[in-house]
Amino acid sequence: MLRVDLGGHIGQLRLEARFDTSRGPVVLTGPNGSGKTSLLLMILGVIAPERGEVSLDGTSLFDAQREVNVAVEQRAIGYVPQHYGLFPHLTAAQNVEFALACHEAAPPRAERRERALSLLAELGLAPYAEQRPHALSAGERQRVALARAFASAPRALLLDEPFAALDVGTRRQVRVFLRDYLERLALPTVVVSHDAEDARAVGRHIAVLEAGRVVQSGSWEELAADPASAFVRELTS
Amino acid sequence: MAPAPRFSRITLALGALGSALVVFLLLPIVGLVSGTSFADARAGLRHPLVAPALELSLVTTALSVTLVVVLGTPLAWLVARTPGRAARWLESSLKLPVVLPPAVAGLGLLLAFGRASALGGLLARFGLSVPFTTAAVVLAQVFVAAPFYVEAAIAAFRRLDTSLLVIARTLGASPVRVLFRVALPLAAPGLLSGAALCWARALGEFGATLMFAGSLAGRTQTLPLAIYAALESDLRAARSLSLVLVVVAFALLVAVQSAERASTRSGAEHD
Amino acid sequence: MSLRSARRALLLCCFVTLAASGGCGTKPKAGAHPELTVFAAASLREVFTALARRFEALRPGTHVVLSFAGSQTLRSQIEHGAPADVFASADERHMTALAAEGHVTAPKFFAQNELVVAVSRAGASSVREFRQLPDATRIVLGAPEVPVGEYTRRALEQANADLGADFQARVEAHVVSREPDARQVLAKVALGEVDAGIVYRTDALAAKDKVVIVPMPAAYNVLAKYPVAVTTHAPRAELGRAFVELLFSPEGARVLAESGFLPVTGAKADAR
Repeated sequence: MLRVDLGGHIGQLRLEARFDTSRGPVVLTGPNGSGKTSLLLMILGVIAPERGEVSLDGTSLFDAQREVNVAVEQRAIGYVPQHYGLFPHLTAAQNVEFALACHEAAPPRAERRERALSLLAELGLAPYAEQRPHALSAGERQRVALARAFASAPRALLLDEPFAALDVGTRRQVRVFLRDYLERLALPTVVVSHDAEDARAVGRHIAVLEAGRVVQSGSWEELAADPASAFVRELTS
Repeated sequence: MAPAPRFSRITLALGALGSALVVFLLLPIVGLVSGTSFADARAGLRHPLVAPALELSLVTTALSVTLVVVLGTPLAWLVARTPGRAARWLESSLKLPVVLPPAVAGLGLLLAFGRASALGGLLARFGLSVPFTTAAVVLAQVFVAAPFYVEAAIAAFRRLDTSLLVIARTLGASPVRVLFRVALPLAAPGLLSGAALCWARALGEFGATLMFAGSLAGRTQTLPLAIYAALESDLRAARSLSLVLVVVAFALLVAVQSAERASTRSGAEHD
Repeated sequence: MSLRSARRALLLCCFVTLAASGGCGTKPKAGAHPELTVFAAASLREVFTALARRFEALRPGTHVVLSFAGSQTLRSQIEHGAPADVFASADERHMTALAAEGHVTAPKFFAQNELVVAVSRAGASSVREFRQLPDATRIVLGAPEVPVGEYTRRALEQANADLGADFQARVEAHVVSREPDARQVLAKVALGEVDAGIVYRTDALAAKDKVVIVPMPAAYNVLAKYPVAVTTHAPRAELGRAFVELLFSPEGARVLAESGFLPVTGAKADAR
């Protein structure tokens, strides 16, 4: 379980957030500029919060009071950013191999390659293993990025706007795929999405971020029954 | 963006402005080349100054560029990744050697490493002396040429998509691994063209070398110094020597450019 | 900087460049301020600057423009149409070539220069006279391609007869650089980076607060002869001839002698 309770500044914006993944994947939603991506970066350890705690499965990753701040590369949190962030100089397979090679007990090269290919095949990407990212469609890139994140053996997963770069048709497919996939992984997961329909498809638990603060969290039904702000009302209507 | 019509007025105007510069830049070189007959060029190549000077130039510039890349890459990385005024100041001051007249740069090097300097005195205690040695040639080249590489490398590192560096770390890559497996390959085209420019500047270096290293065939007389020496006695020989310099430089720059293109292709376009 | 001000700055640059390039090509204006252009070898800098001031004083309103460079460079510039009225060379060869090509007429020798050893303060204790030159740790000479280097080579060869057959070799064993002109040789001695260098007397005198001058015996010294001539296409031929006359006048001789130049001896003052 990923437990987040932190505060800090991003420029002028004061960020305060508190939620956990005890009830399954959390969908973080909110208007543009509400601090969603910054919050992810704080959980990842890229940006240091000013107060609070972040813990994963009971291990403290960040604790302002006890001065714990685990380095980004040691947090084991998989991250798929908005445009998927594939390394453009590497093929799909090499992108995945990169993640496999980062382990302390990295398997030998040949084995890494084999594992990378089987991970890609699992996501239906076998034909694209030797392609570079620019030759892939947005949907294919997303799946490569997921395979890569998974190859790093994460103990939690953060997805930033996984649907934003997709066209409408692909979007519908990906929603179903992603929901099933996340369910199968059973990892603590946070998904950022500004789109209500997308958000609803992936997670049962919603946290609404406005101007840096979680204004409301709960299930869709709870949010719809008693919207705490105009944004939430519009989101659930 | 739709492609512009082939001969729109603006294209013609831009073409005219551009070709004016091309003509201006190439005319002196064409003058050097066209005025030199094949026989002259061959005689020039056999000129007793050529072989040692060419060899010395190639060896010293190779050393200089290696030194600049080894020391300049980490520096550029730090400057590019450090926010704040101090890094900016450092970046600006690193460009100073470019504005110094080369002879003044040479004088500065003499004042820093020469007999009268504290450093020179210290070295002398170990029986070492830098001025008028091949090492001085390399130092002079490094001094005048390093800014070209460092500047290009800083720009290349700044252009990097920093989110890729973050992602690499979330995948468990150590900072060193991020640098060598992600940042350097992605910045490679920019680093390579910076190194090429640095090398070209080192190859043409004259003033600082003359002041700091002197001019002695086989030891400190690089190709530009040999050309200058020949210029005083025999213009034809000087022209042939210049031709050698131009051809060598052109060949190496073309080689670097094609390597750069290859690495850009393999690096692929960003979104 | 806004785009507009950037554009304005760019325009300004263009104008400045145009104005500057236009300025280079302008012909001397007839009338008010006659302008005489003198091309002179680099080693004549101090003395010709003094002579030019003298010339301007004698002819109020006249302005002398001086251009100093290596004789070879000046020769190339004249061959390519540089608007020089007078050319004073440090090397007979270049003047002879220009005369043969018809660029100058009737060159005459107006001064001579002898070689001396310029010794740095640090080297002064080891090199007190010419025969001790090989005792210097580091020596710089002129490159064999340039006049000062050629004269030096001849002088050292001639010194072998007197100072031992290996004298030249012993000197050259300490040579760390062969410089493209005498001023570069002098600069390195003056900076104290080398112990000794062989230069023209006039150069050494110009830096006498920084170097010690050790004379080279006349028996093997080589004299550099300086020819001067008015160019064939001189825009100011009349003024040019007057300037040359000044060089040969008693006053000119005095200024030249003060700078360390030797008078041209014998009847053969004609450079051709």
